[in-house]
Amino acid sequence: MSSDAIAMHLPQAERRTLVETLHDWATTVDHKRIGLLYIGYALLFLVVAGIEALIIRIQLMYPHNDFVGPQVFNRMFTMHGTTMIFFFAMPILFGFGNYLVPLMIGARDMAFPRLNAFSFWLSAFGGFLLYFSFLGGSGLYGAGSAPDVGWWAYAPLTARAFSPGSSTDYWTIAVLVSGFGSIGTAVNLIATILCMRCPGMTLGRMPLLAWLYLTMSGLALIGITPLSAAQIMLLVDRYLGGHFFDTQAGGSAPLWMHFFWIFGHPEVYILVIPAFAFMSEIIPVFSRKPIFGYPVMVAATVCIAFVSMSVWAHHMFTIGMNSYANSFFAITTMAVGVPTGIKIFNWLGTMWGGRIQFKTPMLFSIAFLFQFLIAGLTGIIQAAVPFDWQLSLSYFVVAHFHYVIVGGILFAIFAAFYYWYPKVTGRLLSERLGKVHFWLFVLGFHLTFDVMHVPGLLGMPRRIYTYEPGRGWDTLNLLVSIGAFVQAVGLLVFVANLIVSYWKGKRAGNDPWDAWTLEWSVSSPPPAYNFATVPTVASRRPLWDLKHPEDPDSRYE
Amino acid sequence: MPGYELTNIFAPETTPARSIVDLSILVLSITGLIFLVVFSLLVYVIVKFRSRPVTAAREPAQVYGSTQIELAWTIIPVLIVVVLFVATARVIHAVQDAPQPATAVEVTVIGHQFWWEYRYPALGIVTANELHIPVSPVDQPRPTFMRLLSADTDHSFWIPQLAGKTDLIPNRINTMWMDPHRTGVFVGQCAQYCGIQHAKMLQRVSVDSAEDFDAWVRAQQQPAVRDDAVAGGRRVFETTACINCHAVGGTPANGRFGPDLTHLMSRATIASGAAANTTDNLRLWLENPDAIKPGSLMPAMKLSDRDLDALVGYMESLR
Repeated sequence: MSSDAIAMHLPQAERRTLVETLHDWATTVDHKRIGLLYIGYALLFLVVAGIEALIIRIQLMYPHNDFVGPQVFNRMFTMHGTTMIFFFAMPILFGFGNYLVPLMIGARDMAFPRLNAFSFWLSAFGGFLLYFSFLGGSGLYGAGSAPDVGWWAYAPLTARAFSPGSSTDYWTIAVLVSGFGSIGTAVNLIATILCMRCPGMTLGRMPLLAWLYLTMSGLALIGITPLSAAQIMLLVDRYLGGHFFDTQAGGSAPLWMHFFWIFGHPEVYILVIPAFAFMSEIIPVFSRKPIFGYPVMVAATVCIAFVSMSVWAHHMFTIGMNSYANSFFAITTMAVGVPTGIKIFNWLGTMWGGRIQFKTPMLFSIAFLFQFLIAGLTGIIQAAVPFDWQLSLSYFVVAHFHYVIVGGILFAIFAAFYYWYPKVTGRLLSERLGKVHFWLFVLGFHLTFDVMHVPGLLGMPRRIYTYEPGRGWDTLNLLVSIGAFVQAVGLLVFVANLIVSYWKGKRAGNDPWDAWTLEWSVSSPPPAYNFATVPTVASRRPLWDLKHPEDPDSRYE
Repeated sequence: MPGYELTNIFAPETTPARSIVDLSILVLSITGLIFLVVFSLLVYVIVKFRSRPVTAAREPAQVYGSTQIELAWTIIPVLIVVVLFVATARVIHAVQDAPQPATAVEVTVIGHQFWWEYRYPALGIVTANELHIPVSPVDQPRPTFMRLLSADTDHSFWIPQLAGKTDLIPNRINTMWMDPHRTGVFVGQCAQYCGIQHAKMLQRVSVDSAEDFDAWVRAQQQPAVRDDAVAGGRRVFETTACINCHAVGGTPANGRFGPDLTHLMSRATIASGAAANTTDNLRLWLENPDAIKPGSLMPAMKLSDRDLDALVGYMESLR
C-alpha cells in the first residue's frame, strides 16, 4: 500500500467550457462529486431556512409585534423545520457520507454509482418542489401558499376541511419524494460498507465513521418508510375519499402521530449518528490517541439504533395515553440515554492522557461535547413523563431540540468541514476566521438557546406568532432573537472562509493533520479513481502503522 | 390583560401540579449532578492534557480502552435510570389513575378553532373561554374533573400552575383533574398548534371560594337578561346570521359553532382572551374581527353603524 498516492500523470486536460463543466456535474456518478452536490445544495437551504428563522425571531422580539402576520409566521415555522431537517441536515450528512465512506474503506466508488446520482437528484427535486409551493400552493381554491401545518403535519389539521388548497400536498409530496432519495442512499451506503472494503479491512478494522454510517443507513431504511406510508395515506384521505386520519368521518388523529413519530424519532438519530461519526474521527486525531473503547463505541451505537425505535411516543406524552403506555415510553427513553452517555464518556476517555491540539475542528468538537451533554440531559428530564406534561409543546422543548441539532449536530458538521475541507480542496480553511466563526457561534448559540429554556418554564407554548405582554416572556424573547443574529453573522464568516480559503488558503498536502485513516493517504483533492492501487490494511489505523513501524496497531489489535 | 399571575410551572397550586414539581426536583438534582461531574471532567481534561511545546513532539501512550471503566460507566447510569423510572412511574399513576371523588365538579371542555367551550353537565351550564371552578381545600376536597373533547383539530389545555397539559383530540375523550388549594385567577393558552389563530386561543381560570362559585353557578343558570331597552339590538342579533353560530339562553338563538353568549358580560375578555371585554373592543370585534384576531372564524357581519351600535348595546345587556 502506498502512503503517497501514485499520481498518474495524465496529459494536461483541455479547459472545459462552462456548459461542459455544468454537464459534467449534472451527469456525474462519482461519489465525491455527488457528495459535494449534496453539501452545496444543503448549504443553500441552510441559508434559506436560516432566513426563515430570523423572520420568526424578529416577529417574536416584542409582544404583539406586527413584522409578519399569523399566515406568514405559520408558514415560516413550518418551512423552517421541514427545510432544516429534510433539505439541510439529511442532505449534508448524506453528502459527507458519500464523499468519505469509499475513501475511508479503500474503495473506488460507492456500490451503485447511478443509484447514487438518482438519489441525489430525487432529493434535490423534493427541495425545489417544496419551495415551489410559495407560487403554486393556492391550487384551485385560491387559498394557501407554502404549507403552514407545522413540520409534523398533524391530522386533522391537514385534512381538506382545515387545509384547503394545495399547500399541504406540496409538503407531502416533496418530503415523500426526497424520502425515496434518502432510502436510495441508505441502500448504497449499506452495500458499499458491507461489500467493498479493501483487503484486510474486516468489520472490526473499519473506521468508526463507516460503522456509524452503516448503522444510520439501517435506521433510515426502517424509519423513513412509515412516514412514506403515512404520507400516501394522507394523499388518499385528501383526494381519494379515504378517512385514515379524517376525524370528521371516524378517522384517527393519533394514528398519524404514531406513524409520524415512529419515523420522527429514529430520524433524529439518523441525524445525530453521523455527527457522532465525525466526532469519533476528529477527537482522536487532535488528542493524538486512538478512540477509547472502539468495540464499545460500535456496540453502543447499534444499541442506540435499536432502542431508538422504541421511544417514539415520548413525543405524545400529552395526548392521553394510559399510564402503562406512558410508563413504557418513559423507561425506553431513559434507557436510550445509557449508551449515549457511554459514547460521551468514551470521547472523554480518548482525550484523557492525550496531547490536545486546539485547532478549529477540535474547538467545535469540545463545544459539541459540552452542548450535547446538556442536550441529552434535558432530554432525560423530559422522559420524566409528568414533568413533560408541563414541558411538552413549550419553548423548553424547542430549546432542547435546537440544543441537540445546532449545539450538537451543526457544531459537529462545522468540525467536519474544517477537518475535511483540506482533503476536498487541497487548501486549509483559515484558522483565524475559523476561530472568529467559532466564538461568534458559541456566543450566539448560548445566548439564544440557553435563554430559550426559560419562557418554556414560564408557560410559553410553541408555534405562536405573538404573545401577550405581562407574561414575563418579553425580555427573554428579545435576548433569544439577538442571539440568532449573532449566529447569522458567525455563519456568514464561515461562508466567507469557505470561499476565500478556496483561493487563498494554505496548501494542505495529503495529510495536514497527521491522521491515520485511508483518506489521508491520497492526494488533496483525491484523484477521480481514489486509489491507484487498492490498499491492504492490517489494523484500524493503517497510516499510524506506516508512520510508526516500530509500534504498529496491528501488533495490539 | 389585568389581574393574573406569572404562569410559572414551578409555582404549583394543585396536587397534580405539586407532584410534578416534586418529581422535577429529583430529576433536576440527578441530571444537575451528572452535568457537574461530566463538565468538570471535560474542563480537567482540556486543561491537564493540552498539548504543550515540550510534549508536542512525542505521541502520548496509545491506550485502546478499559473493560472495567466501561462497565463502571454503564452500570452506574443504568442504576440512575432505575431510580428515575420508579419515581416517574409513581407520579404517572398517581395523577392519571386518581379516582374521581363524589364531591368533584364535572366540566366538559370542548376545543374549537380558536375558543374554549365549557359545559357543566350536572349544573346545566354552558359557557365559553373563562372557566370558573371552586377552590378545593386540602381538608375538604372539591376537585374539578374534566373531560376533554375537540370539535375540529387538536388542541391542548394548559394552565401551568394548575396542571400539566392534556390534549383535546377529535374522536377521543381525554380526562384530567385539578384541585386548586387557593382562590385566584390563573391563565394559560392552547398548547397544540391548531391553525391560524392558535396563538390567541387564550385561557382564563377563576378559582372561586365556595360562596363565589355557587353565586356564579346560579347566575350562569339563569336565562339571558331580557332588557327591553335593547330590543332593537336583540332584533339585529336574531334576524341576521348571528344565531347560526351563537346561543343565548331563553331565546331562539341556539347556534353551537361559536361561544355561548348568554352571560357574555360576566367575562373579563372576549375573543378567547384576545381583547378586554370593553365597549370599544366589542364594537371592533363585531365590526372587524380580523383587527383583533386575524383569521378567526368569526365573520365580519358588515352591519351599518346604527345596527352595530344597537347590537353592542344588546351584547352589553347579557350580564
